[in-house]
Amino acid sequence: MASRLKKKTGVFYLANALLTIVLFAVLLVLISGRTLNNYWSGVVVLVCINVILAVSLNLVTGILGQLVLGHAGFMLVGAYAAANFTRAVVENGSLSLYVALPIAMVIGGLVAAAFGIVIGIPALRLRGDYLAILTLGFGEIIRVMANAESLRPITNGAMGLSVETFSNRTDPGAMFAFAFVVMAAVIFISYTFGRSRHGRSVLSIREDEIAAESMGVNTVYYKLFAFVLAAFIAGVAGALYAHHIGMIDPSKFDFNRSVEILIMVVLGGMGSISGSVISATVLTILPEVLRGFADYRMLLYSVILICVMLFRPSGLLGRYEISLPGLADKLLHRKGKAAKTEEG
Amino acid sequence: MDFITQLLNGLGLGSIYALIALGYSMVYGIVQLINFAHGDIIMVGGYAIYVVLVMAGMPLWLAVLAPLVVCGLAGMLIERLAYQRLLTHNAERISLLITALGVSIFLQNLFMILFGSETKTMSPLFGSDSFALGGLSVTSATLINIVVSVVMMVMLQLLVNKTKIGKAMQATSEDAGAAKLMGINTKRIILLTFAVGSILAGVGAVLYINTYQQIRPTMGNLLGLKAFVAAVLGGIGSIPGAMLGGYLLGVLEQLTKAYITSEVTDAVVFAILIVVLLVRPAGLMGKNRKEKV
Repeated sequence: MASRLKKKTGVFYLANALLTIVLFAVLLVLISGRTLNNYWSGVVVLVCINVILAVSLNLVTGILGQLVLGHAGFMLVGAYAAANFTRAVVENGSLSLYVALPIAMVIGGLVAAAFGIVIGIPALRLRGDYLAILTLGFGEIIRVMANAESLRPITNGAMGLSVETFSNRTDPGAMFAFAFVVMAAVIFISYTFGRSRHGRSVLSIREDEIAAESMGVNTVYYKLFAFVLAAFIAGVAGALYAHHIGMIDPSKFDFNRSVEILIMVVLGGMGSISGSVISATVLTILPEVLRGFADYRMLLYSVILICVMLFRPSGLLGRYEISLPGLADKLLHRKGKAAKTEEG
Repeated sequence: MDFITQLLNGLGLGSIYALIALGYSMVYGIVQLINFAHGDIIMVGGYAIYVVLVMAGMPLWLAVLAPLVVCGLAGMLIERLAYQRLLTHNAERISLLITALGVSIFLQNLFMILFGSETKTMSPLFGSDSFALGGLSVTSATLINIVVSVVMMVMLQLLVNKTKIGKAMQATSEDAGAAKLMGINTKRIILLTFAVGSILAGVGAVLYINTYQQIRPTMGNLLGLKAFVAAVLGGIGSIPGAMLGGYLLGVLEQLTKAYITSEVTDAVVFAILIVVLLVRPAGLMGKNRKEKV
């Protein structure tokens, strides 16, 4: 039984990988061949970035069960770090952006992770909801600081910092390729993390912190681990976002942005990676289609948040995961069973 | 002399934080919830003053009374509609937090749609005289803030320690289950706690507008955050602690503004929170509660 299950999991991983590659190839052809216009290929890249953000936030909010309200702050920090790096190396011609961007993403992630450690240690050593309030404060203050005169050389203040981008004329698919590959990696890492030894330790903290501690789980370490990992990924996403838009405007990384990412996680289901992917995709495309609803978007989001919490606190999908191969297997299996009973 | 003036100004600012911190602290003490919407209650109170005084042109005493009534009702309504179901069902804490956050975003965006997102300015409610006290120049707003906050704290202490309702509040915060068994209607007590906290926020709104004369839908964010820091600094759950935390925070903020730079004041407040959590998480006047399994 166990070996059959293992074999099945292997097949699922393979099928998922194949599907991902096919999706990637199709989208890349559509974007490079300009079948999708500039606007919509931009939306596709935004979908990838929002999926990265939602999945990473789900690591903390879903698996660890702690509220984080400063994801946009980590993005902003990562974006500044990465943009300053690419500006320096691409301008003096020592590296092309194709090489510089991956390095910049790692730098952005590391800087965001460093901020995550500074905030995480005081907040996560204690029991209670201090992480929510500390990250909320961090998100607000980092945005205020971005406008400060003394940090002008790094941030260029409220005017916004212009960032190197790929030429849309010569290579329209480059940004998409980077965003998609990072997205696939983040989904894979998050999924396997949730099922690893470390992930299960983190999960046990959410279920019962005292019980987890008495079973020998180093709760402070694992809480910090999950939070810093999420901050790192948010920093990477910030780097991607900056190089996609070509401009860092601190007012775009405000509290509402953090809340938007949280909505994606809550709606999709706290603890469900596939739920985050689906809701991030839908919630990114929906406002683009329904332009008129922009003014009421946040009002509607807040009502949805409250209603979901009141009537289905674990989110729409809960902790359930959906995968296409899994669905297919279920359908086939059911058919097989039906056929067998008919034979009998 | 200049230093003492700054100190008094800081106390005036701190009085507003203290009043808001009281609400945070009371609600946290009784249901262990960081009520994110508390900062926005002040915003609601601010708009209540604006509507009564500027839009309807009614007399001043109504404009002072209106935010108290509106905030108290808003607090009770929020507890009834958003929190009560979760509290009675013993929901996970993260669900409560997300609901509180949802209420906060709802209020901000509702008022943005109703009144527009721009900052609205008013004239000071009680005039803008300055007094010369032995070479010091103090604005009337600063004096009013300090006096009102002290009076409010004394009244709150009397309410909590000397009345039956106050005793019931203490009992509920100590052990809600046992309080229920002793015949206390804990649901009503929780509702009352929200009402009292929100009325204090309404008083805070009056003082804020008298001092700064401006409102905007997102003003509750940073104000609420700072008041929360004040509550943690003083020891969350403790009434004198919230006052002390508020005054301290106001003075520290005013002094950094005056002697270092106004750019980093918000970051300083935030740094204080980090240091408090690292060094003395129970706060200055809070008791370290042991967790029972």
